[in-house]
Amino acid sequence: MKHFARKLAMLLFTLLVSMTINFFLPRLIPGDPAQALIGRMEGVEPEKLESIRAAFGLDTQDPLIVQYGKYLLNTMRGDFGISLSRFPMPVSSVIAVAFPWTIGLMGLCTIFGFVIGTTLGIWAAWRRQHKLASFTVGFFTFIRSFPYFWLGLCLIYVFAFKLRVFPLGGAYSIDEVRGSSSWWLSVLKYGALPAFTITLSSIGEWLLMMRNNMINVLAEDYITLAMAKGLPMRRIKYMYAARNAVLPSVTGFAMQFGFIVGGGLITEMVFAYPGMGYMLYQAVNAKDYPLMQAIFLIIAASVLVANFIADIVIMFLDPRVRDGSK
Amino acid sequence: MIRDFFKTLVENHKSLAGLMILAALVLMAVFAPLITPYPPKADRTEESALIEENRTDPETLSVDTPSEDIEKSVYTVTTTQKWEKTIEYFPLRARPSREHPLGTNHAGNDLLSQLIMGSRISIFVGLATGLFVIVVSLTLALLAGYLGGVVDDIINFFTNVFLVIPGLPLMIVIGTYIPMRGILPIIVILAFTSWPYPTRLLRSQVLTLKNRDFVVASRVMGERTSFIIFREILPNMISIVMSQFFFVSLSAILSEATLEFIGVGNITVVSWGTILYWAQANGAILRGAWWWFLPPGLLIALTGTAFVLINFGIDEISNPRLRKR
Repeated sequence: MKHFARKLAMLLFTLLVSMTINFFLPRLIPGDPAQALIGRMEGVEPEKLESIRAAFGLDTQDPLIVQYGKYLLNTMRGDFGISLSRFPMPVSSVIAVAFPWTIGLMGLCTIFGFVIGTTLGIWAAWRRQHKLASFTVGFFTFIRSFPYFWLGLCLIYVFAFKLRVFPLGGAYSIDEVRGSSSWWLSVLKYGALPAFTITLSSIGEWLLMMRNNMINVLAEDYITLAMAKGLPMRRIKYMYAARNAVLPSVTGFAMQFGFIVGGGLITEMVFAYPGMGYMLYQAVNAKDYPLMQAIFLIIAASVLVANFIADIVIMFLDPRVRDGSK
Repeated sequence: MIRDFFKTLVENHKSLAGLMILAALVLMAVFAPLITPYPPKADRTEESALIEENRTDPETLSVDTPSEDIEKSVYTVTTTQKWEKTIEYFPLRARPSREHPLGTNHAGNDLLSQLIMGSRISIFVGLATGLFVIVVSLTLALLAGYLGGVVDDIINFFTNVFLVIPGLPLMIVIGTYIPMRGILPIIVILAFTSWPYPTRLLRSQVLTLKNRDFVVASRVMGERTSFIIFREILPNMISIVMSQFFFVSLSAILSEATLEFIGVGNITVVSWGTILYWAQANGAILRGAWWWFLPPGLLIALTGTAFVLINFGIDEISNPRLRKR
């Protein structure tokens, strides 16, 4: 329980740090940030200028600390101000449209990547001398050093442009009635290529981590003992080795997940997939600062919450953490 | 100690292959101006300068000429100037040919020359960020591990906080606020988002080494702290420091290309990322121009693979269990 409370406090503090970065970023620009930002945009209407000032809380004479407090309160209520590129839509409703697409795509890809990568990692460590195993490790290592977006571009070129098997971009067919069964089929068809990109790129991360953990565990004395006792190989492989080797993979989830989400956002941009990543791309190009900052905050919060869940899962998997001893 | 480390690195097949690829790429970057068949950016600046000169000229004339005539005269002057210039240009968006093995881009620049010249910025940004981050992380790790107590708590706490804030979205947001002149801002942004992971790893390594018998022994013998840190702890950290250096450099090269691709970086420089940016902005895929977007990505992947191979070697040196039985 103490462990849980500490993790929860850590989650809340990290959220506070993200919000603080978000608050001070526009204020780090010397002079009037709104004016400085306007300088980078062309042809801004006066009402947009006002909404930028309002979005950053610059329309008041309050001292900085009061502005900060108001900003925190507004953010926690889900009030991120008005979007500049989709004026006068509030940022929160722009995000509400994009968020489910990203959750669906990233959630599925992370699970696929983790399951496939970890399974391959177990196999690659178990059959280490096998030619195919070292080839698989090498292949995914090579894939891992590709930029996500470039892998996406190549897949679009081959499968959407040359072979015309999949659509060039988007998330669903506009010809179908939203919610009908054929619409859902089109969602699968449009999502296949981006999902394949993210999964393929992320498999390498999990595979390498699992393989190295597994090799370390296989050298432990209790594995030798289990083999000497003549236990079935399957049992040793999964119940003795893999079960202990998977723990650092779940712990490493923290680092990897943020990284994969980053790659996923870029993949969305390449495929014009209408999630948070593509929205961020549009916000960056339209210099829509309130929308951009809100997207950063939502992504950060999602990653932090996912990490928190991973920590809780470890609590159940690892008795050492569960009982509070290290 | 360092010489020993490099000796073992060269003896390992994987890291030797990685080092050779990296050496080839660095040589290409260093001697880029000698190798490139054409200047990577052909005279674009001259052209725009000419147009601006003409724009200012009519201002002085404008005292007693009617305004319509001015506009007309400006128009004719600029077009003729531009026309004269473009004759000397290479064809725009050309397919690969003998003169241009990888074709030309939307501005009539030779893509092979851009690719070779672009390696300079991409590789320099990667290695510079790696070096910068490692110096910072190592300092923080030694401070945390050696001073302990409150200093350690604070450093460890902030490392854990920044470790989980997703780096790429943060880079994008910071990058859109900071004016991108030159390449220094991008190195600073990359460094700011990639210090936590190496710091955490190096810190735990310092803590482990600090309690090893030989370190405890020299502390009991009354050796100076600087001696213990630089002669006993650091030499034993070479492999983890090097592997973190290559890890950070790899992710810096990938992140830099990504930032430039989405237009957050400085798009006026020539690098692998900006070539991809212009390819995407000009719909290279829909034109089927594989020679435009394929090579930069392959070179990025090749650089990345070199770093990963070196790290494989380092892993096998420092962890004998990973070696082939």
